This record gives sequence, C-alpha cells and structure tokens, in this order.
Amino acid sequence: MTEVRNELVAKRYAAERRFRFYGAAALTLTALFLAVLLIDVINKGLPAFHEHSVDIEVKVDAADIDPSNLPGGNYDKLVKEAFRAEFPSVTDRTGKKALTALLSTGGADRLREMVIADPAIIGKQVTVPVLLSADADLFLKSMSSDVTSVEGKATLHIARLEGDEGYVLTGDSTGEEAEKQLGIAPGELVRFAGGALRVTGVQNGYLKAEVVFAPDPAITALSPGQWSVLSFAIPESSRRISDQQALWLEQLKQDGRIENSFAWRFFESGDSREPELAGIRGALVGSLLTVAVAILLALPLGIAAAVYLEQFAPKNHWTDLIEVNINNLAAVPSIIFGLLGLAVFLNFFGLPRSAPVVGGLVLALLVLPTIIIASRAALKAVPPSITEAALGVGASKQQAVFQHVLPLALPGIMTGTILGLARAFGETAPLLMIGMVAFIADIPQGFTSAATVLPVQVFLWSDLPELAFRAKTAAAIMVLLVVLFALNAVAIYLRKRFERRW
Amino acid sequence: MFLWTVLLIVLMAGIAYVAGRARASGMVAAGGARLHSLPSYHGLFVAAGAMIGGLALAILAAFVFGAQSFMTPVAAVAGGAIGAAPLYSRSSLDFRARNAFERVVLVVLIACSGVAVLTTVGIVFSVLFETLIFFRAVSPIEFLFGTHWSPNGTPASFGFVPLLAGTLLITVIALVVAGPLGLLSAIYMAEYASPRLRSVLKPVLEILAGIPTVVLGFFAALTVAPLVRFSGESLGLAVASESALAAGLVMGMMIVPLISSLSDDIINAVPQALRDGSYAMGATKSETIKKVVLPAALPGIVSAFMLAISRAIGETMIVVMAAGLAANLTANPFAAVTTITVQIATLLVGDQEFDSPKTLSAFALGFVLFFFTLVLNYIALRIVQKYREQYD
Repeated sequence: MTEVRNELVAKRYAAERRFRFYGAAALTLTALFLAVLLIDVINKGLPAFHEHSVDIEVKVDAADIDPSNLPGGNYDKLVKEAFRAEFPSVTDRTGKKALTALLSTGGADRLREMVIADPAIIGKQVTVPVLLSADADLFLKSMSSDVTSVEGKATLHIARLEGDEGYVLTGDSTGEEAEKQLGIAPGELVRFAGGALRVTGVQNGYLKAEVVFAPDPAITALSPGQWSVLSFAIPESSRRISDQQALWLEQLKQDGRIENSFAWRFFESGDSREPELAGIRGALVGSLLTVAVAILLALPLGIAAAVYLEQFAPKNHWTDLIEVNINNLAAVPSIIFGLLGLAVFLNFFGLPRSAPVVGGLVLALLVLPTIIIASRAALKAVPPSITEAALGVGASKQQAVFQHVLPLALPGIMTGTILGLARAFGETAPLLMIGMVAFIADIPQGFTSAATVLPVQVFLWSDLPELAFRAKTAAAIMVLLVVLFALNAVAIYLRKRFERRW
Repeated sequence: MFLWTVLLIVLMAGIAYVAGRARASGMVAAGGARLHSLPSYHGLFVAAGAMIGGLALAILAAFVFGAQSFMTPVAAVAGGAIGAAPLYSRSSLDFRARNAFERVVLVVLIACSGVAVLTTVGIVFSVLFETLIFFRAVSPIEFLFGTHWSPNGTPASFGFVPLLAGTLLITVIALVVAGPLGLLSAIYMAEYASPRLRSVLKPVLEILAGIPTVVLGFFAALTVAPLVRFSGESLGLAVASESALAAGLVMGMMIVPLISSLSDDIINAVPQALRDGSYAMGATKSETIKKVVLPAALPGIVSAFMLAISRAIGETMIVVMAAGLAANLTANPFAAVTTITVQIATLLVGDQEFDSPKTLSAFALGFVLFFFTLVLNYIALRIVQKYREQYD
C-alpha cells in the first residue's frame, strides 16, 4: 500500500518537474530566438560600417577643370587615368576596364571636394583616397570568397612552354608529382615578385599554368619563401571579382595603399544604386519628419480623447461606441490603415504621394488607439481623492482635471506616447501603400517632398540581389533597433523615475 | 504656406488672448466691481474664438484656392479676426467667461474622441467603396469561391480561395509555434519565476514584441528560410525557397510575446484563494495550474489566442519578405504560398490604376481582411465578457 502510494507520489513529482521544465524551455527558446536574431543582424551588418579606399597620386590637370565651374570638372577621368598609370603592364581594353572597375563610380567625389575646398591644388600632384567599388570592398572584407595564402615550402622551377603562352611548373625532382612536392592544386594561383600564374592542370607529373601577370622571363627558379599559393573557396566564374582583380587588390594591400576607415558615408548620404555609395541619411530624415507629424497630431488628439472618456464622458451609447471603436482600431491590421491613407488622403484629398505628411497622418491614426489606451490607464491611476480635494476648494471639474489630475498622469501618458512613437518608427506596411517605397536618392527637404523611412529602406534594400546591400540592410536594421531601444529605455526610465504608488 | 498658416493662427490666438484678458482686467480697474471669471478666462475664450475661426476659414480657403495658395494664411488671419471680434465685445463684468470657455473645451474634447469613430468610418467607406466598384467587374461569387488567383494573367482571375488557404496555413503554423511557447512562458512567468527572474524575462519578451516586423521579415527571408530549406533537403524533402514554414515559424515567434503577456495578466488575475484551496487538497503546483488555474483563466486565454490569430492574419511584412507570390492551393508547409496581405501589398506598390480590377481587387482583399479581424476581435471581446468568472 505505502509502496504504491510512494510510486504515485514519485510519478506526480516527476510530472511536476516535467511541467516546470517545459515552461523554462519555452522561455529559453524564446530568448534564444531573440539572441540569434540580434547576433545574426549584427554579424551581417557590421561590415557595412567600414569601407576601403585606395590612395592614388593624382596630377590635377588644369585642362580637365574649368576654374569657373569647379564642380563640373572631369575628376573621374583624372582619377581613372592616374590609377591606370600605376599599372603600366595593363595595356589591353578588358584589362583596363577590369582595373577601373575596382574603383567606385563615386570614387572621384573626394577629389572634387578637395579641389572645391582649395582650388590652389589645380596643376599639382595630390594624394587622394579613392573609394573602392562594392565588389572590391567585399573582397577585402573577405566576404565574396575565402582566400587562403600559403607560402611556398619547396623550390619552384618555372619553364616557359615553347610555341604557346603556357608555363610548366615543377619541383626539385622532376620525376615525382609536382603537385605534391609544391603543394599546389589546379585552379590555384602562384604569386611571386613580378608575376602571377594560374595553374590549369596536371600533365605527366608537371603542373601546367597560364599567365595572369606575365613574369620576368629571367626568372626560372624561386626558392622557398619567394613565392606563395593563393586559393579561393569559390571558382572564378561564380565570383564577382576575377583572379586578376584579386591579385591587384592583394598587391595594393601589400603596398599599404588600401585604407580601411569608418563609413561615415553610411550616415551622410542618401540612397544610391551603387551599394558602396548608399546611405541612410535620406531615410532617417524621412523617418523623423514622418514620426514628427504623427506624434504632433496623435498626442494632443489622444490626450484629449482620453481625458474626455476617462473624466467627462457620461455613460451612454455614444461613449460605448467610441470605446468599442478604439479597442477595435488597436487590433486592426496596419496595412488597412495604408488602404485608408491611399483612398482618403491621396485619392480623395489629393495630397502628394510619398510625402512625410501623408505618412505622418496615417501613422497618427495608427498609434492613436495606443496613446488613448495608455493615457486612460494613466488617468485612471490618479486617485479620485485628488479630484475631490480640488472640487472641495471650489475648482470647477475642468480646473480639477487640467490643473491637478492631468499633470499627475503626464509621466504615464508620456511613457505610453513614447511606446506609440516606437511603434510608428518601426511601421512599414501602411507606408508601402502611400508610395513611400519609391527610390529616392535625395534627402527630403520638407514635409511634402518625396521621402522614404528607415523601415521601408530596410525593405527596399533587402530585395536587392547584391551581397553588399545585404550588409547595408543589416546595418540599417541595427540603426533602427538602436533608435527603438533608446526610445524604450527612455520610456522605462520615465516609468521608474516618476512612477507613483498612491 | 502651411507653416505660415499655422504660425499666423497661433499668433492670432495669442493676440486675442492678450486683448481679451486686458479688456477684462481693464473693466475691473475702471469699475471696481468683481468679475465673474478670472481675466485669463476672458482671454482664453476670445483666443478660442480666434483659433476656431482662423482654422475654419483657412481649411475652407485651402479647399477653394489650393493648399499652396497665399490665400490660405490670409484667410487664417481674417477668420481669426472674425472669430474673435464678437467674443471680444461680449465680455462684460458678469459675463461667465469660464463656463463659456469650458463648454468650448468640452466640445473640442468630444470632437477629438470622435476621431476614432471617424477613422473606422473612413476605413469602412474607403474600402467598401472601391470594393463595390471591383464587384462590378468581377462577380462576388467568383471572388469568394474561385480557386484561381492571377490578377496579372490574361484573362485575369480573382479567385480568393488560394489566398485564404495560404493565409490560414501560415497562421496555423504560427499558432502551433506561438501557442505552446507563449502559454508555457506565461505560466512559468506567473507561477514559477522568482521576482528577480521575472524582471529579467519580462524585458526579453518586451524587446521581442518591439522588434519591427520588417526586421523579422529580413531574418525570416535571409536566415530562417535557407535554414529550413537546408534541413528539409538533408531529410530528403522538397522545400521551396520561400516556404510557408519559414514565414510561419518567424511569425509564430513574433506572436509569442503577445500571447504570453495577455495570458500572464489573465493568470495573475486568478485569485490566490483558488490556488490555496487546491494546495490544501494536496495537489502539486502543476496539478493546480492544469486543473484549477487554467480552467479559471480559459476565457481570457481563448481571447488571447483570438487576438493572436487576428494579428497573424493581418501581419504583412514577414510574409511579404519571406512568403511567395504564387497563389498555390496547398496544405504542404514546405511549399510556397501567398497570403491576403502579400497580395494587397504587391498589388498596390508601384503603379496604381483605379479603373482596373487589378488595383481594386486589393481593396476587396482589404475588406475581407478587415472583416475577418473585426469578427475575431469581436468574438475575443465577447468571450471575455460572457465567460469571465466573477470572483468578488
């Protein structure tokens, strides 16, 4: 009998432990999801906060710059020519093209700024940091393909094949397999001072190679340490940077010409088709304008509605209707508000598309229920004795409410408002409907100029196929999350600082 | 012009306030008798007149001459003067300026609280209007029961069933994830966690709740979807790159904080006496939760689930970024499906032609969506009202 009972108790306790474990597991899983999400975003986004540029010595030729029109000068040509001049061995068209493709299309902007700031440098030789293209930048961040460079351990013999362009590579003992002796596999690059070869295949124990950079004909043997093997994880055909370009970049890096700096550009420029030039300034300004309109409208309206419903409203059908409406609007999908904005603000009132003022109007309606509900809770928390005391010394009901109850409820209202603000800041779907998804490179100048907002920018960039934009997307998300966390921190601070228990 | 108008109205109101107050004070100084209301109320009353008059005429002018016309600020000034003048001349020693001003304030407050009603009316009318035009081109029967959706095809077909099926599929996946996770989290937080642990766990859920859905969409499309695809393929399953599963999983995680915070409140509202009674009978904690607390909290939990469903149906960004565009009628979670919100978004982003059924169909979908969420919210509200246990 006791045994049976003990068994039962043990079973029940086991069930208890199991149940408790499930609860803990659920919470752990949720926290884990959040952690993975944040780490993933940070991991993807961090590379976008720095950028690579190459220092180029440019002769600022007066022939290409009209002194009366400094911004219109042909700086692009100057930079490209200076860059090409550094690689005199590159003479063919495709080679030249591949070379200049390493530079960003906006690479000459820095030179233009320098000349405008100081026209005296025209005709002189200056060193300009020129931004690299997104593909080159990604390569240097080792994001396009993993590159491993291994120093050669054996002596490498190079012989030029007669008749064709190829070379033959062997180790010390010609009888054995050169592949094993040298540690080189087909597809890899052999690099040494003055030349580079791509190994194409194995034949009779030799390695066959083709020219990437033509070596000095005098070189026939390289001792260990004089050459190195470069191998890429991804074959050249599926890379956006060719072997040749990769070697140029490696060369520039070895010469200490590549500069890695914090990408202020990301915060200073608007959107662009070129990933390396794109920034979030336009979206941030658009967000600020839109949210400003939203909060300027929603805050007074929300407080007024809350004060009325909580303090003055008689219990009747009209009040009931308003309350049901507010609770319902709080749960209406946000995309429906976008439809409302499209049909009413754009089509009926004829307001401009893509404008922050329309976005602000839509977001104001969207966050209004949140603000009303929070404000009502804050007003309700103020004890009736405050009102009664004010009424007792002869204040009118409105004087009691506006001079005594409302100031006491204000911290709570502010907390709710900031949370509403955070929601408005992160909202995307309704803004898609009212045309805030257009590609806008300019930074919005006012409430009626075309603009986009930060979450929509995230959406737009996430759709682009370029790998570089993926990093930009994650970086924009990081900025968005930092703003949201800051807003929430302020709300929590307000709640802690001014919270009052009556 | 807009900024000028606003500034001028504020300026007019300021002048009216100063003038009104000065006139009232002047009457006291001259006559010696006591005013009924404080001079500032006389000022406020006149200022209210200036503000309302200015706003009214400015809005009228904006409609007649256009918002950018210089007539708008002019009208604001004129309206302000017209509104303030009669009120200014009305003030006398025994004029009840405070009562009059408070009546104005009350009307303004009522008007503000009416905005919520106006919004609902606006939504219903804007959506309904376009939907009715849409139904002139496409019959409601075809829309509601058609099983083929291709608004861009020739001929275009607008069968809504595949969208509904896709929406429900993703919603079910989301609920399968969020239901147990959210409920178990809530139970653990309310019944087991120490106050210190609670103060750590609650912010975690709040942070998750505050993450914009566009961020979750990015995560779903770029991290979860490839992961689902990879693990599916290693098990030998054919997984679409935009599978319903990936979108559903992330949407489920999005809903976890909603379910857990609502359920947490409800479980906390169950009186301690019920638990104590159960413990006194020798029940363990988990038995008490399963047999006493949860049944008592059931209506609230059901309504939390209803709200979660309505949230999942209306969620847009996650599915726009992670779910597909092809309207497949399937129950396979590894296939790509599309949802109502995805279609609304894709139909309305870009060029809109309000005379083609393609654009109008988005409004019909919006109407259906609004209707669904309205019904779900209403049911949630009713369940709580009807089945709530009254304990005190």
